[in-house]
Amino acid sequence: MSSAPSRGFRRALPRALLTLLLAWLVLYPIVVVVVEAGRGDAIATFLSRGGEWHALWASLWISLASVVLAAAVGVPLAFLFEWLEFPGRRTLGSVIALPAVLPPFVGVIAFLFLYGESGFVARAVQHVLGLERAPWRLQGAGAILLVHAYSMYVYFYLFTRAGLAKLDASMLEAAQALGAGRWETLRRVTLPLIRPALAGAGLLVFMTALGSFSAPYVFGGGFRVMTTQIVATKLNGELPLAMVETVALAGVALGGLLILRRTEGDDILVALGKGTAPRRRAIQSAGGRALATAAGWLLALLLLLPHLTLGLVSLVPYGTWTTEALPPVLSLVNYQRLFGEPERLRPLVNSLWMAAASTAAAVALALVAGALVGRRRPGRIPWRGPIEGLLALPWALPGTVFAVALATTFSVQHPWALRWVLVGTVVLLPLGLLVRNLPLTGRAVLAGFRQLDPALDEAAASLGAGRWAAFGRVTLPLLRPALAAGASLAFVAALGDFVTAIVLYTYDNRPIAIEIMSSLRLSELGVAAAFGVILMGVSALVLALGARR
Amino acid sequence: MTPFVRLDGVSKRFDAAVAADGITLAVERGEVLALLGPSGSGKTTLLRLLAGFEQPDAGRMIIDGADVGGLSPARRRCGMVFQHYALFPHLDVGENVAFGLRERGRQGGRVAVERQVAAVLALVDLAGFERRRVQELSGGQQQRVALARALAPEPRVLLLDEPLSNLDPALRERTRRELRQLIKRVGITTLFVTHEQEEAFDLGDRVAVLAAGRLEQVGAPEDLYERPASLFVATFVGGANVFRGAAARALGGADGQVAVVRPEAFRFSDIGIPGVVKERRYTGAAAFYLVDGDRGERFEVLAAPGAARVGDRVFLETAQVLLFPEERE
Repeated sequence: MSSAPSRGFRRALPRALLTLLLAWLVLYPIVVVVVEAGRGDAIATFLSRGGEWHALWASLWISLASVVLAAAVGVPLAFLFEWLEFPGRRTLGSVIALPAVLPPFVGVIAFLFLYGESGFVARAVQHVLGLERAPWRLQGAGAILLVHAYSMYVYFYLFTRAGLAKLDASMLEAAQALGAGRWETLRRVTLPLIRPALAGAGLLVFMTALGSFSAPYVFGGGFRVMTTQIVATKLNGELPLAMVETVALAGVALGGLLILRRTEGDDILVALGKGTAPRRRAIQSAGGRALATAAGWLLALLLLLPHLTLGLVSLVPYGTWTTEALPPVLSLVNYQRLFGEPERLRPLVNSLWMAAASTAAAVALALVAGALVGRRRPGRIPWRGPIEGLLALPWALPGTVFAVALATTFSVQHPWALRWVLVGTVVLLPLGLLVRNLPLTGRAVLAGFRQLDPALDEAAASLGAGRWAAFGRVTLPLLRPALAAGASLAFVAALGDFVTAIVLYTYDNRPIAIEIMSSLRLSELGVAAAFGVILMGVSALVLALGARR
Repeated sequence: MTPFVRLDGVSKRFDAAVAADGITLAVERGEVLALLGPSGSGKTTLLRLLAGFEQPDAGRMIIDGADVGGLSPARRRCGMVFQHYALFPHLDVGENVAFGLRERGRQGGRVAVERQVAAVLALVDLAGFERRRVQELSGGQQQRVALARALAPEPRVLLLDEPLSNLDPALRERTRRELRQLIKRVGITTLFVTHEQEEAFDLGDRVAVLAAGRLEQVGAPEDLYERPASLFVATFVGGANVFRGAAARALGGADGQVAVVRPEAFRFSDIGIPGVVKERRYTGAAAFYLVDGDRGERFEVLAAPGAARVGDRVFLETAQVLLFPEERE
């Protein structure tokens, strides 16, 4: 067959092109940074400065401590809501996931307004005790961990609940029939069975905490972690040193990923069971039920306080709130100014278009990848490994790493090396957001493709549908939930982004998070909060739309 | 008369496994051909080659006088019913059936399409099911929707991949009868894959037996049963007592030959091969007897329910011995 090689070539070509494009987007900038970090004496500088080692160590231990704290909050809550039945369980169970709709930077300023030295709680304590000054300062490692625990326990909560819901009740009954007590069963059966879920959540929290920028940036003060250190070094103009720091942080991230991956194990254990999940046990005593409900609502209130605070502060006109415990004047003036003055509306418009464009591009790339290598097929699928790996890579590295890598790569004009000057233009930030979005859309869309029954495509073909008709009439409609889920997550992440923006933004495309920061600098707390509320609202709306079946 | 569907030396390999090894086969217009074989024999691959989902390494495939080798599946006009039906979960029954009609761009617009959908659904006894969701149908109904969907665009050939394997055993026999009536009423040339001999004999005008990618024999059920072309066909189709070596020679075989005797071809007699009845399995009209021969052979005999009792000393006689050369594994 003389046409066989050319057919093979025609098949391989689109895959090779996609691989090259993805490699240029996500791998090449990292390579550039690694190479440029190796030049000059920046490495020696890095090694000789104690501050660098401190920051690296701080990043590591803060991340590990975040995992422990998030697990300590999230896992017991998951058991509580999955295994016990009490009034209000359903409502509370979803309220508890609410920190997830708070973009990191918005969450951080909500904490500032709430628990900061001039926040509501501090003012209340000051007022009640009649103190001269604020009773505390929200700063340093403790403050960072507080924010991390609040925003990241959700991963442990959701993963553990999912793991528990997959458990087979008969396995627990078998353990008890074999003489194991309740604690014994928990230790020897339940926990090993949900270990993959716990390890997955742990990995996610570790990576998120390692890449966390907003909390250390706002609350760190003199306490530096690697992400804030990189940005500070870059602002100081020590670019080579910033690159070495970036490579060091990337190394820690990849090392952590490799070690934690190993503990994850596989899901086969759980897949073995096919039975139903254990029935929820109702709390018997009336007192216990009331206590559980009361504690539940108190917890919900605690979790909702940042959201409420943000809403309240957004109603405070500039300069009207000084020493009172609660703001004396409330009005919608901040929102009116925001929507009335085009210059103030700009960041919102910027964030929306950049989030939309980067999400659309990330979805398109994920769809192409899925169509080329995502379908279930017997045997090995050539190019699948590299394409999936490249799509997932940005997830494995902190946002700061990518931002610096892109800024470095696209700061010189070397078209022959596929490098152009994009620094200072409005395209660089959306490009960075696109890279950050790839793992989110890629994972969702590839999972969607994998669930497609290959026979459906063949059925469409045998009924006369060509390749494009089958894609439009069968594949796309079936992928809609996966597309919506991936796109909504990506859009929300891009909309609330702060890490990438602070390195890559220009005045013309300054996004909401940057505007919030400048408002805070000018002490325009109300405007900052109003932006936060809008961000929160749009995020919740988009997530709700994405979750709709 | 020239055959309607013709395969000519069709071969296909998957990595190490040979799925089709020079298959040559002809199907007449309106004929129903069963592709029978154990799993891994390449019968489904043959169907998929014909539908265009796989490309042959060698050979030609001709439908209605035209070589279809270069055509995409969409242009071959082969209606296919998949093993798990592959109904589109996002479309209702009517939309599933209309899928191929819309793709072929039928004239007359929506009304005509709806009329055709109604007609095809009536054909499979599902009139009025248009707006039902496919998920809420029973297995048998899903199978009929899949059939209606495949038939709606009036394909030239109907391909069925294990059409009954997903049904309850109780439902299977009835569905088989209905399927046969339907195919004959439509008069469409049909190839269907099965691993069950009863299904193949019942549905197929002729049966093609496949083993390890090779076509062992094609013929009417009687031919296969009474005049099997190979030891494989003799043992795969119907019950068979297989004898080698001295036992084969005792039944008239030459050296290196294998003797096969059908259970009903043995007769209890006063002379012949001696043995003792070890088990008796009653099936109503007849009974199966397991007989241990004096020289260590085992025989399965189908005879009248009262022909012998367990523990009886018997002699077996037969006039119908099938002889084959020993096959190398």
